[in-house]
Amino acid sequence: MREKLIIALAVGAAMLLTYNLYNIFLVLPDEIAQGYMYRIIYFHVPAAWVGMIGFFAAMTLSVLYLASGNFRYDSLAASIVEVSVVFSTVNLVTGSIWGRVQWGIWWTWDYRLTSQLVCVLTFAGYLMMRQAIDEPTQRARLSAALTIFGCFNVVIVWKSIEWFRNNHPGPVISFRTGGGKMDPAMEHMLFLNFLALLVIASALTLVRMRQESTAREIDSLRRAAHV
Amino acid sequence: MDARNFTFMFYGFLAAWLIVLVYVVSLARRSARLRKELEDVKQLVSTAPENRT
Repeated sequence: MREKLIIALAVGAAMLLTYNLYNIFLVLPDEIAQGYMYRIIYFHVPAAWVGMIGFFAAMTLSVLYLASGNFRYDSLAASIVEVSVVFSTVNLVTGSIWGRVQWGIWWTWDYRLTSQLVCVLTFAGYLMMRQAIDEPTQRARLSAALTIFGCFNVVIVWKSIEWFRNNHPGPVISFRTGGGKMDPAMEHMLFLNFLALLVIASALTLVRMRQESTAREIDSLRRAAHV
Repeated sequence: MDARNFTFMFYGFLAAWLIVLVYVVSLARRSARLRKELEDVKQLVSTAPENRT
């Protein structure tokens, strides 16, 4: 069942991405100030959204694990965090390349960029910590605590462009500004590509979950063999 | 079209897909390793002395 779902999600994502890339490169016009380069936003911003939603989902699952002690929540949280770190890294790297053209520099220590870097490093640390702890209960408890702590920083990443003065552009999406900052056709494509990346992230999370199940099966077989 | 603009946009898209691709390859390798490990452990358990008749 899970195999079929993963294949269905992958096919759906491929179709949606094909449609999106056609529109991004061949239909939508250039942005007046940035020219051709602005198209990087169609991956930069949706990748950030996928990462943030993933971190918040992992936080919810971590709270559920702490409340119930069910390891399935811990496995799902770990899978989601790993995929979210990948998409947040995509966000950082594409943003850096965009900054090189628009600002003339690869990096600046402003609030948005720095908080996002801290976010990626925190959750990369989470993944390393999970590798280092063998005892499942201790690993799950510490992971849940670190996820909840890390999500405070995700709020700072999200709101930093409103709270602080930044080099990073301010909010342009209509649900944050009330509209008028971005062309509706461009914004529509941004949401469509967010959907495509979300479907890819869901497929990758399911693959990662299957690995967690296999790892648990190996652990239980080993324990049974030692009894 | 500004050629430099286009080049950096290409780098951006290339970097984004490379990161995802590297992750997908690492997932595939990890899956293969786990499958092999599961087979090995199953075989080990089935040939353990207490399971022999």
